[in-house]
Amino acid sequence: MATVLEVSVRVGRRSEAVLLLFACAISLGARAFVDANAGGGIGASLGIYSIAVIALAIAAHMVVRLRAPAADPILLPAAFALSGLGLAMIRRIDFAYASRGKVTHFADAQEGWAVVGILGAMLVIALLKDHRLLRRYTYTAGVLGLVALLLPLVPGVGREVNGARIWISLFGRSLQPGEFAKIAFVVFFAGYLVSNRDTLALAGPKVLGIRLPRPRDLGPLLIVWAAALVVQIAQRDLGASLLFFGLFVAMLYVATQRISWVVVGLALFAVGAVAAGTIFAHVASRYDAWLHALNPSVYNSGRSYQLVQGLFGMASGGLFGTGLGNGSPGLVPFAESDFIMASLGEELGLTGLMAVLALYLVMVQRALRTAIGVRDGFGKLIAVGLGFSMALQTFVVVGGVTRVIPLTGLTTPFLAYGGSSMIANWIAIALLMRISDLARAAATDAPLRDAPGPADTARSAPVRPAARAAIPAVDADAVDDGPPGEGAGEGAVPLPDGAVTDAVPLPDGVQEVAR
Amino acid sequence: MNEPIRRLSAVVLLLFFALMAAGSWVQFVKANQLGEDPRNVRTLYKQFGSFRGPIIVDGQAIVSSVPIDDPFNYQRTYTDGPLYAPVTGYYSIGPGRSELEATENALLDGSADALFWTRLGELVAGTEQQGASVELTINAAVQKAAYDALGDKRGAVVAIDPRTGAILAMVSTPSYDPSTLAAHSSSDANRVYQSLLNDQTNPLINRAIGGDTYPPGSTFKLIVAAAALQAGYSPDTLIDAPQELSLPLTSATIKNYGGERCGPTDQITLLEALRVSCNTAFAKLAMDIGWPAIESMAANFGWGSGLDIPLKVTPSRLPTSPNAPEVAQSAIGQFDVRATPLQMAMVASAIANHGVLMKPYLVSKVRDPDLRVIQQTQPEKMSTVMSPDTAAALTVMMQAVVKNGTGTPAQIDGVSVAGKTGTAETGLDTPPHTWFVAFAPAENPTIAVAVLVENGGDIGNEATGGKVAAPIAKAVIEAALANAAGGN
Repeated sequence: MATVLEVSVRVGRRSEAVLLLFACAISLGARAFVDANAGGGIGASLGIYSIAVIALAIAAHMVVRLRAPAADPILLPAAFALSGLGLAMIRRIDFAYASRGKVTHFADAQEGWAVVGILGAMLVIALLKDHRLLRRYTYTAGVLGLVALLLPLVPGVGREVNGARIWISLFGRSLQPGEFAKIAFVVFFAGYLVSNRDTLALAGPKVLGIRLPRPRDLGPLLIVWAAALVVQIAQRDLGASLLFFGLFVAMLYVATQRISWVVVGLALFAVGAVAAGTIFAHVASRYDAWLHALNPSVYNSGRSYQLVQGLFGMASGGLFGTGLGNGSPGLVPFAESDFIMASLGEELGLTGLMAVLALYLVMVQRALRTAIGVRDGFGKLIAVGLGFSMALQTFVVVGGVTRVIPLTGLTTPFLAYGGSSMIANWIAIALLMRISDLARAAATDAPLRDAPGPADTARSAPVRPAARAAIPAVDADAVDDGPPGEGAGEGAVPLPDGAVTDAVPLPDGVQEVAR
Repeated sequence: MNEPIRRLSAVVLLLFFALMAAGSWVQFVKANQLGEDPRNVRTLYKQFGSFRGPIIVDGQAIVSSVPIDDPFNYQRTYTDGPLYAPVTGYYSIGPGRSELEATENALLDGSADALFWTRLGELVAGTEQQGASVELTINAAVQKAAYDALGDKRGAVVAIDPRTGAILAMVSTPSYDPSTLAAHSSSDANRVYQSLLNDQTNPLINRAIGGDTYPPGSTFKLIVAAAALQAGYSPDTLIDAPQELSLPLTSATIKNYGGERCGPTDQITLLEALRVSCNTAFAKLAMDIGWPAIESMAANFGWGSGLDIPLKVTPSRLPTSPNAPEVAQSAIGQFDVRATPLQMAMVASAIANHGVLMKPYLVSKVRDPDLRVIQQTQPEKMSTVMSPDTAAALTVMMQAVVKNGTGTPAQIDGVSVAGKTGTAETGLDTPPHTWFVAFAPAENPTIAVAVLVENGGDIGNEATGGKVAAPIAKAVIEAALANAAGGN
């Protein structure tokens, strides 16, 4: 027990504190520039804001230290920096709109949402002792996700804003349930896939060396595909359908290791996208605006106005940007939400855009690293799902703004204005931290739990060489995880049936979910 | 499951590389092309949104950039816009730039090479790019006097310090207010511009140096007289002055103003011919001394050469190889002889400066944002037009014009003014253009002025240079002398 402090240093809490300091500096520095350059000078509000930001950072850090001491040290600071940068930019957009005679209070609202998001994330970390508890709610999550996704279509509840029917009214506030549906679906997919991966992975005829899925196993895939199409057509939300479908295919692939699922999935999506483009005028016009954005007739029709204005803004930013508060991001419609990346590109330049993308990339790669590190298949799939959905969402929205793909209406995680997105993404970060805590604790503080196993030699290696060596014939990843607890705290002891147990002993009082 | 996760993480990497590549494409590779797109209003903001240097007259900024709370950050404002419009021009997001706002643009917006070190300093200090201030040779009192004296009449006044070539006044009426074109709405600016373009009185034309040049009428007799004096004539030389001059090769004749005789006999002195502006005498004289002498004298005065003062000056024109009757017509400033008011001011200026023509200029100094002088215009000799003796003789003759000739309305108590009237036919149905060129004080000239009033000003067909233009010249000279006296 004398090595407690030493171990906690190695798991990165001190790094996290330093990185959080950087994140605070970025958030406050950006806000100071915005106030000085666009807001008529730095005032007392910056002081109050600084205190709040630093207090939140300290609080979050303390909660992590207490409840998830081995959690990944990069996720929290990265999310913190992105949120802070987003808040500064949204405040800047408020000023930009105000100078054009439009009074908005996006920043005030978003600051509230960020606080709720961070507190929510801390609550998740504090209350959810083990992510495997979520497996109990696999189908509940599936139903909840579906309901949340389809809720905006219900008359009286759903609201159509700017042509997309993805909002609902709740207590006088508008809510984008799709953002929460994303997390629910990740839980559902993970639970469903971890139970059915054997059938999905192994059964089916082999054609040309590729094992095709059995037709009856295609059912769930087809259902999700159909749901994605419904979302795209009924809600006019191309981005969300791409996100949900891509997420499912990616998780299916990870669960089954079969590339054929990806091929089938991409083929289905291509068919759906082409069909939608042929049948539905609004989809066709999106494609048109993407391919011929600068064409005068397309531009003058207004279809590519927003996209082209965003491109103009980014181009004017050049390599180093105009400087925060010195550009004209307010010229782009929805500069505070869908086009916040164009706003950042304009004022922070290509340099700033690259830095933000790098932050996302680091965050996603840490999530995927967590997936590799954690032992249980359910946890792996959740981490993959959350990480990949963040990557895909960033790709879809930033790719839309930079004309890599057609423009769709997704929010940029942490940066864009929107409470649902802010809260949902912070909860995702909390879940990832919870999983990484288990993954890393398994490698680091196994000795601390009085369970000296073969693992204590490899603190950071997610898969213990010793465990692998013990059962060379079995691919530890391909085999479903056995019930945790059966290892009786002994770590990776080979079970009689040849399966590898979950390496992490459950905290007291947590029951394994019956499968 | 780890292998597919690793592959997935490679896919994620590829996705982000695609985004980074796209970002570089938009913000680096295509940045200039997108920036030049006419639909990109940011380019206008950048171009029109920087602090632009002021234009200064007599220590007062007549054009300046004032901070404003809109995306452009600065509003170009013009004090006494119509008064100075022919000099300053406009700076507009609609029609663009003109006059000094155009020619001095690089200095005003700070992009000129001369401001390299200033820009470097701004870059290091992180401050925004600032333009240089441009100080003019214009004298506010003279400019104002000229503008007020022209009043509602269409015309132009140019006043020059003959000793240096510094332009003291440059007025063109009717004028326009550049402020109306500086509106930060391109549709408003373009609308104003269109209405100015469609205006029958052509307010956008700088009559002093550009647009249509005008037949100089009798003021061109100064050039013929100078050529004759250089050729050996003296003010007292008797020349033929018939009541009506029949021209060779044609049935046309040349008459004097009102068909009158120039003197009691058919012969008068050269001085007398200029004093009463005798058409027949100068037509005959021109045919006698020959076109080449007149042509080369006119070229010495600046005819045929363009000028940058730094505004672009339309070259004044002469007929090419005219025959005898055409020479006779040209000698009295008709036929194909054309001149800008600036050119006629240069004529007066060269005579006043003892035969030496100084190059006219508008910008005296340019100062960087730290008020260091980075450019200063040195007076520059343009040509030696005639001998000092010829200039002295012409001065005496021009004094006679004002003392008791056609230019008496330009008389000023206590100051000897030298001048010459001009009344140029413009056609059968339109009133004549009236001119007056002058300088004063005759003994030690400090101002040379040319006044043009189009189509008779406010008195129509009865107009003469003496009646319409001379009083304006008088007002300008008085203002200049009073200002010099007050200044000293």
